[in-house]
Amino acid sequence: MSLLDSSLWEVIKASLSPDIWKDLWGPIGETLYMTVVSSLIMLVFGLLIGILLTVTNPDGLVPLKASYTVSGWIINCLRSLPQMIMIILMIPVARLIFGKAYGTNACIIAIAASCIPMYARIVESSLLEIEKGKIEAAQAIGSNNLSIVFKILLPETLPSLIRGFTVSVISVLSMTALAGMFGAGGIGDIAVRYGYQRFQHDRLFACVYILIILVQLIQGIGNLVSKQILKTRNLI
Amino acid sequence: MKMTAYLKINDLHKSFYPHGKTLKVLDGIDLEVEKGEIFGIIGFSGAGKSTLARCINRLETSDSGSIELGGTDILKLSKSELLKERHRIGMIFQNFNLFDSMTVYQNIAYPLQQARVPKAQIKERVLETSELVGLTDKLKVHPGALSGGQKQRVGIARAIVTNPDFIISDEATSALDPQTTIQILDLLKEINRKSGITILMITHELDAIRYICNRMAVLEEGKITESGLVRDIFENPNSKTGELFAKVFRLLQSVELTQGGGI
Repeated sequence: MSLLDSSLWEVIKASLSPDIWKDLWGPIGETLYMTVVSSLIMLVFGLLIGILLTVTNPDGLVPLKASYTVSGWIINCLRSLPQMIMIILMIPVARLIFGKAYGTNACIIAIAASCIPMYARIVESSLLEIEKGKIEAAQAIGSNNLSIVFKILLPETLPSLIRGFTVSVISVLSMTALAGMFGAGGIGDIAVRYGYQRFQHDRLFACVYILIILVQLIQGIGNLVSKQILKTRNLI
Repeated sequence: MKMTAYLKINDLHKSFYPHGKTLKVLDGIDLEVEKGEIFGIIGFSGAGKSTLARCINRLETSDSGSIELGGTDILKLSKSELLKERHRIGMIFQNFNLFDSMTVYQNIAYPLQQARVPKAQIKERVLETSELVGLTDKLKVHPGALSGGQKQRVGIARAIVTNPDFIISDEATSALDPQTTIQILDLLKEINRKSGITILMITHELDAIRYICNRMAVLEEGKITESGLVRDIFENPNSKTGELFAKVFRLLQSVELTQGGGI
């Protein structure tokens, strides 16, 4: 049903019909799969790079100005690429790894490549939030740098890290929708094929509902968990 | 009674270079602190007190000079030796610097874990120490639930749990109200009396020094301008800062006499 020949109200009604939703569960699954896998890859590498950036910062535990400057520059370069261009750039890489340049797994590579640098920066800014005095106290106690990172730095900034991860997962989700244009499947694919190319606006609306619900869910869970931690620590 | 110097600082220099300018923060510090005493260092903000404190456990690097602590040449230690040496130096901070992610128990246990003390011993030591500082009923809560005075008790427990020989107190009572300040000073005094631990009190609070220290030094623009018995310096100051402090002290005393309050 299209807005070209039906009223908005009729399209909204149609968008809620079981007929449309029975075709959506598969794509929802694909979207969730892409989001979860990309987010996990982003979490691991983003954390790692974020920690390295914080530690090698000129004011950090192991100041390494050259390494910090170079890695910062690379991250900025990667971050200046629009997500769509990153997907195109990653086509040969995906072909190298999976043997084909399209599909859900191929797009996960592009999504990770685009979101890791962003998440690394978010991790860095979370870790820099720590009160310098806590690090100093740990140093005065005689902790080595590994203990300081894993026993002080990460646990102390956990609520902020979780909030940053939440924001990043939402941005992964929005990129999966874009990846739908490039054969990744999922909600974005439905929105483009039916909503854009065939003017089936009822299906497009259904996709919008799903994305809104997913974003609300992710943000809600993120807020809840980080708030719970702050509560346990009697900080709120 | 002849006492032996536990901390010996010789001709210590430290400069910072903010925006290309040279800022001499420590300009030839000579200092001797004897074993088992509570030694006060007083100075205005910017006099270099905190830098001096942080040079002793090498949180800050020194430019030149020597620091000897219990016979160990601090500035000559390798990195791994320094980490070990730090287990023997406790430090207390103005802002407590407790770890919010840990419970009080975990905060106090942390230095022992870092010093690789066996688990069974850790529990024993933490309970012992928390009893000494009066926190046995707070072990399971996080520092966020504590008052300022209680937080500093945790800070002190964390500093003494490894049985160090030396404690650096960097403005430990400056963030506390007068009543809590007295309680914390009493606690430090008690710890000093019980275990003979040497304490270096760095502060800008006259009352704290007068209350707890036997000897003191006045730090002024990166130099020790006078040092000696607390009583002598308060009664017969020979430096600008000392004079000013003595003046403030007399003023406070007269207020106390007329109002019957204060510490």
